[in-house]
Amino acid sequence: MIRFEQVSKRYPGGIEALHELGFSIEAGEMIILSGHSGAGKSTLLKLIPAIERPTRGAVIVNGQNVAALKRAGIPFLRRKLGLIFQDQKLLFDRNVFDNVMLPLAIAGVAPRDAARRVRAALDKVGLLDREKAMPVALSGGEQQRLAIARAVVNRPAILIADEPTAHLDDDYARDIAETFHSFNQVGVTVLVATHHDALFAPFMTRRLTLSHGRLA
Amino acid sequence: MRAWLIQHREAAADALRRLAATPVNSLLGALVLGIALALPAGGEMLLTNFQRLVRNAAATPQLSLFMTLDAGRKDAAEIEARLRRHPLTGEVRFVPREDALRRFKASEGLGEVIESLPRNPFPDAFVVVPRSESPEELERMRAEFAKYPRVEHVQLDSAWVKKLDAMLRLSRLAVALLAGLLGVALVAVTFNTLRLQILTRSAEVEVSRLLGATDSFIRRPLYYFGALQGLAGGIVAWIIVFAAAQLLKAPVGELAALYSLDFALRALPPADSLALLGAAVLLGWLGAWLSLGRHLRNGDR
Repeated sequence: MIRFEQVSKRYPGGIEALHELGFSIEAGEMIILSGHSGAGKSTLLKLIPAIERPTRGAVIVNGQNVAALKRAGIPFLRRKLGLIFQDQKLLFDRNVFDNVMLPLAIAGVAPRDAARRVRAALDKVGLLDREKAMPVALSGGEQQRLAIARAVVNRPAILIADEPTAHLDDDYARDIAETFHSFNQVGVTVLVATHHDALFAPFMTRRLTLSHGRLA
Repeated sequence: MRAWLIQHREAAADALRRLAATPVNSLLGALVLGIALALPAGGEMLLTNFQRLVRNAAATPQLSLFMTLDAGRKDAAEIEARLRRHPLTGEVRFVPREDALRRFKASEGLGEVIESLPRNPFPDAFVVVPRSESPEELERMRAEFAKYPRVEHVQLDSAWVKKLDAMLRLSRLAVALLAGLLGVALVAVTFNTLRLQILTRSAEVEVSRLLGATDSFIRRPLYYFGALQGLAGGIVAWIIVFAAAQLLKAPVGELAALYSLDFALRALPPADSLALLGAAVLLGWLGAWLSLGRHLRNGDR
């Protein structure tokens, strides 16, 4: 489903974030990506939705080489992925419901159908009763769950999360890890970058460890 | 197709919501645009009315043909027939020399002078009202009639037509120039409002791109925003011109009555009103287009 072939990423200034990386992830797998901060976890995740492009190598997503994808094709790639960003990237000018609505509006889903799907996604993360709330009024854990609801509302086959449990206390963090596991249980391929790998240990997932831009 | 329509509807609704969210700003923006547009639109209205007034009040241009003094009735009848056959002549009126003499005798002061003359000094004459008012065609007719047999002189009262024509053309040019300049101002204003809109939306633009929004999805509501702001300005301009016409109507009517003219000021006709609104929308859209090209980096992220 996702395959990295000899992928290197060098940022301007000569910093090499990833070096000759090669691995593959099968459909339905749940992968934990761990490593010290600065190991290149975020860079690796950003290559998949073409937020960053590799300097060398191929990133194959669903049989398509994302590294060579034309600019006009990128939006359609991203719509097939569920992305959870390290800084969440919630929009604070609109309520919970409208935040989750955004991906569906982008995809051009008819409003009535979309509203149903938004509520289903909010229900899955336990935020159904907060749909009218503004994101500032949510706790850290709730904000993270909102970000997850927005990522899954389009029913993506691949879910990618960058440090989803950062800044959360243990109960909330366990809760979030549980949520990812439940998505994986229903067949979604899940890739989570975290330094909290102990949280995901109970799920017996495969682990990729990065160290200085190489797989350890 | 359906998704496309939905996205357009959503984009328009989004633009409206944003205009409504800052009512004071939107209103001020519409006023600025409206006043800028009202100047050329008002000028156009006044010119159109002036042209109508001139058409109504002033006699249409005429050609006067004077026969030679030795021409007889038969010659006159022949000329009359030729004039009536001519495709560009409307009304043709024959003024026999006796009538001219009688009329001048009756006039104050001149009567005695005419009386003292040994014989009728007036020739037979024709007054021709042409079908066309274009100065070139009038001139051509004058030259043609002058070549008719036993026609001594053809006089064309076209000098004033030419002057008026030149004046109206000049005024139209001035209005067009004004419209051009203020159109640029309108584009500049939209350009700037859109720049602010893009700044306010930078978070939304970034997140939308990350979630798979195409450039057109991001640009669409902003285009609508520019076009709707232009439309609002156009509506304000129309109201200003309409109100000005209503205010001027009574005094202009009184003035016209003093000159015993049958004339009433008219506001912008429907075609001009539509043109005004259309131009406003187009200029708003153009401002948006320029601003988006300048300020909305096509993210390759």
